[in-house]
Parts: sequence; structure tokens; C-alpha cells
Amino acid sequence: MNQTIKRTDSTSPLSVGALLTVFLLLTIFIAANAADKAMEIQAYTFLALAGAFLIGICLWGADQNSKDAFDETEYDDKVVKVGVAMSTFWGLAGLLVGVIIALQLTWPNIFYFADFGFTNFGRLRPLHTSAVIFAFGGNVLLASSFYVVQRTCRTRLAGGMWPWFVVWGYQIFIALAGTGYLLGITQSKEYAEPEWYVDLWLTIVWVVYLLVFLGTIWKRKEKHIYVANWFFLAFIVTIAMLHIVNNLSIPVTLTGSKSVQLFAGVQDAMTQWWYGHNAVGFFLTAGFLAIMYYFIPKRADRPVYSYRLSIVHFWSLIFIYIWAGPHHLHYTALPQWAQTLGMTFSIMLWMPSWGGMINGLMTLSGAWDKLRTDPVLRMMIVSLAFYGMSTFEGPMMSVRAVNALSHYTEWGIGHVHSGSLGWVGYISFGALYCLVPWLYKRPALFSRSLVEWHFWISTIGIVFYICSMYFAGITEGLMWRAYNEFGFLEYSFVETVEAKHIAYMIRALGGLMYFAGAVMMAINLTMTALGKGEARDSEAAEKSKQAAGSLQPAE
Amino acid sequence: MYEILASFAQTGGMIYFILLFAGVLTYALWPKNQETFDQAARSPLNDEGPIND
Repeated sequence: MNQTIKRTDSTSPLSVGALLTVFLLLTIFIAANAADKAMEIQAYTFLALAGAFLIGICLWGADQNSKDAFDETEYDDKVVKVGVAMSTFWGLAGLLVGVIIALQLTWPNIFYFADFGFTNFGRLRPLHTSAVIFAFGGNVLLASSFYVVQRTCRTRLAGGMWPWFVVWGYQIFIALAGTGYLLGITQSKEYAEPEWYVDLWLTIVWVVYLLVFLGTIWKRKEKHIYVANWFFLAFIVTIAMLHIVNNLSIPVTLTGSKSVQLFAGVQDAMTQWWYGHNAVGFFLTAGFLAIMYYFIPKRADRPVYSYRLSIVHFWSLIFIYIWAGPHHLHYTALPQWAQTLGMTFSIMLWMPSWGGMINGLMTLSGAWDKLRTDPVLRMMIVSLAFYGMSTFEGPMMSVRAVNALSHYTEWGIGHVHSGSLGWVGYISFGALYCLVPWLYKRPALFSRSLVEWHFWISTIGIVFYICSMYFAGITEGLMWRAYNEFGFLEYSFVETVEAKHIAYMIRALGGLMYFAGAVMMAINLTMTALGKGEARDSEAAEKSKQAAGSLQPAE
Repeated sequence: MYEILASFAQTGGMIYFILLFAGVLTYALWPKNQETFDQAARSPLNDEGPIND
């Protein structure tokens, strides 16, 4: 009966199930013997989420007996749909927490809740950064990399059930990390706050991600590996390396949440910022450049401006970026030569960055008019403008003399948000706006004018955000270094805080506007998936109308 | 240790990077690769339809 069905893989659901079972058993042991209350809650969280995943696989397996679930003649788009939905959800969550902590900084007396310790700024701040970078950005990268690698290799994702393990395993990582921060669990490394057991889980998920990606490239039907896949691969491999090295630690007990770092002192600082800066370089840059190299040509319906430039762009970017980390440690115990090395590589980085930006912008040659008519493409092109701005600003700030003014001030906050809201956010929104109609086979988005609203409200929001932070940063930087005629500091610290108050209000407003734009996007994407408004398939609607009409009695 | 590292970075490291970059440029500009690259540049535009077996 089912002879035409080529069963390609039936072992992967079993192996995923077996791996989950092993971890569930281990976690039951930890839950029963937890050394601290926080660890116990984390263990039960894992049990609930991984248990739900295992039950899901079992129910799914019982349902799929007659079909080939991993049909090699079709792309695996379901897993991409989940990634897109998760990106949208975590994007909203992360931006909302950002607005809350902006309000806490602006009005600390109003937004301080003594009875709810978990709402303290110190716990919400890593929740915000991790949610927007790893939960939102990470899911955008998972979804788009799985979409792009299948199309450009013209083959289905490798690994059967394993891509699902990557996506759900990653959500479990996010849930554990996020609830952990609220419980007060942290190893105090910026952008690497989760403790040892969460790090281990992410390592497993990430290695499976790498294998799925490599396996898909391995069985590709195109001879040449498209440049976007090179960028995705560099992102996955480098993040694996950074994550493992920066999180080398020894747990105090195997049933407790606390661990001790392997590195100490300046070595620890250097490892941390080697990690931290390359999280920017490979997570927030290389991965999103891969998105640029697929979605901008596709949306503009133009070939990549210069494929040769894209090759030079790729290799110079990855070989230079990895050395730039020490610029985070100017005027510290780090040897001067290492600081200078980091600064020099940061300045060199300007060239590949702008090479890539020019390559993306010029892809619109012959299609510039689309900027006027297509707000989604405009969003992606504006993202490149922000990329250009922040990759010029970054090298400038890495110069030791400039850093003396900018470091530890709000200028840094302005810089990273120009990069994250402008570049990462906009290229992601562009990719999501492309993906939903493609995945759900809709002729258009639910509402084009809602995209226009999203574009303008969030662009004005970004301008409010970054201008207020540049103003606040330079003001406090200058105030910190001002001396009076007797050689004493001119201002006390609290005066520099007071000077920023209005800038903080404008920043919170800008962040709120950006969040409002993201809410509009979430509505638009949901309605598009449901096939409402302009996303309604007129042909299919016509057919169903005719079908309904045929039931009418003849005249 | 510092002397060894610094002298390597200033000689071997530099030569390594220059050769690497020269290699990348050669590959990118090699005339025979032009056709592959022209095709690859259009790759995102030609990926519609079902997977060919």
C-alpha cells in the first residue's frame, strides 16, 4: 500500500526520546536531592518542559504510522513555523522587560517593588538582554537558518526529529535561563549569566544544531554552498567555541545551582570579553548577515550585487572579529599590548563591515523604487544603514582615547541599541515579515499599512532612544572627568545621575514606541498566518464562494 | 612567554594573515570561478518549487 513512500528515517524520534528520558531521570534525581531551593524549582521546570516534549513525541509517533513524517521530497517548514512564532513571542517579552527596566532607571521610587524581589533591576536586566539577544535573536536565527539552508541546498533538513530537538531544546534553555535570573541564579558573566547545568544543556542543543546544519549541507543538491550558509555555519561553530570556553566552571555540588569559574582575575576578564564581543560578532552579526544575504536578494528580486565581495567579506569578517574583544578592557589590568591589539583589529573591522553593508545596499541596484512601495524591504535596507552607523561607531569607540570618554557611560548603551534595535531588530522583522506569508502560502501580509506604521513608529523610537543616550553618555563622561581649579572632581556621582533624568525619560519613550511597533508586527503576523485581510487567498476564496453558490437552487 | 608570543604575532602571525587574505582574494577573483559565482548570486531567486530528486 505504502510502497511509494520512501521511509528515510524512523530512528530519530526514538533517539531523541531516549536522550530526553536520560535527562528526565537525571533531573528527577536532582529535584529530589536539590542542594538549594532555586535548583529544585529549576529541576521541576525542566521536568515539566522536557516531559511535555517527550509526551508530544509519543503522541505524534502514534499519529504518524501511516505516513512518512520525514518526506525527503518536501521541505521541513513546520519547525520553521515554530521558530517564527517563538521569535515573535520572545521578542515581545524581551522588549517589554526592556521598557520596564528603562522605567525603573527613570523613576526608581515608583517602579521599585520591595515585596517582589524578582522584579529588582539586577534580575530584570539580564532577563532583558538574554530575552532579546538569545530568545528573540536566537529563534530568528534558528528559524531563518533552517529555512535558508533547505532552499539554497535544495534538500530537506537532515536528522528527522533532531531539528525539533534543537528548537524545543532551545526553548527549554531560554525558560531555564530566564526563570533562573528571576530566582537569583547567575554566574555574573555578562550575556553568559546562566549557571553550569543550563550551559551544559545548551551545549548539547547547540552541537545537535551544528550537526543538523552540517548534515543538511552534506546532502545538498547544489554544488556550490551559498554564502548565507557560510555565515550561518561560522555563527554556529564560533558560538559553540565561545560558549564552551567562557563557561568552563566546576559546580560546587552536582545537585546545586552554584559553580566556580575556572579562570580568575584578568584572564577571566579577557575570556569574558573575548566571548562577549564575539557574541556580538558572530551571534548578532554573522548570523544576521546570513539573513541579509538571503532575504534582501529574494525580497528585491535582484541577484547579490557582488558575489566576489561577499566571499572577501565573509573571510575577512570572521578572521578579524575574533581578535577585537580586548577593546572592552582599555585602562584595566590587561597588558597594554593586548589592548592595542584589540583596538587595531576593531579599526580594521570597519572595512569588511562596510564592504558587507555596501554589498547589501547595492543589491537594490535597478530596484530602488521598491524602497518606496515595499515597507518590508525598506525595513531591511534601513537595518543596513544602522549596521553601517554602528560598525563605524564601534571602531571609533574602540580607540583608547575615545574609550576614555565613552566607556561606562550611556554612550555604550546608545551604541549597542543602535546596533540591536536598528540592525538586528530590523533585519529580523524584515525576515519575519517575509517568512510568514511564504510559510503559510499567503499572497501578502495581513496589512501593508500596518507595516508602514510599525516602520515609522519604531524608527522614531530608535532615534529617541539613541539620541537621548548619546546626549546622556557624553554629558556624564564629561562630568566624570571635570576638575575644578583646586584639582578636585567638579561633580559628585549623584549629580551625573541627575543630569541624565530627562534623557532617561526620552529613552523610555523611545523604547515604548519600539515595543508598540513590535506589537503591531505580532498582530500583523498572526492575522497573516490566519489568512485574514490582504493575506486572504482571493483564488481560494473565490472557489469556496463558487462551491457555496453551487448549492443554491437553480433559477 | 610574552616575548615569544609578541615576536610570533609580529612576524609569523602577520605573514599568516597576509597569505590567508591573498588566498581568499585569489579564490574570489579567479576568472574560472566567475560562472559559479554568477550562478550563486542568483541562488536565492531560483529556489522555488519542490525538491528535485
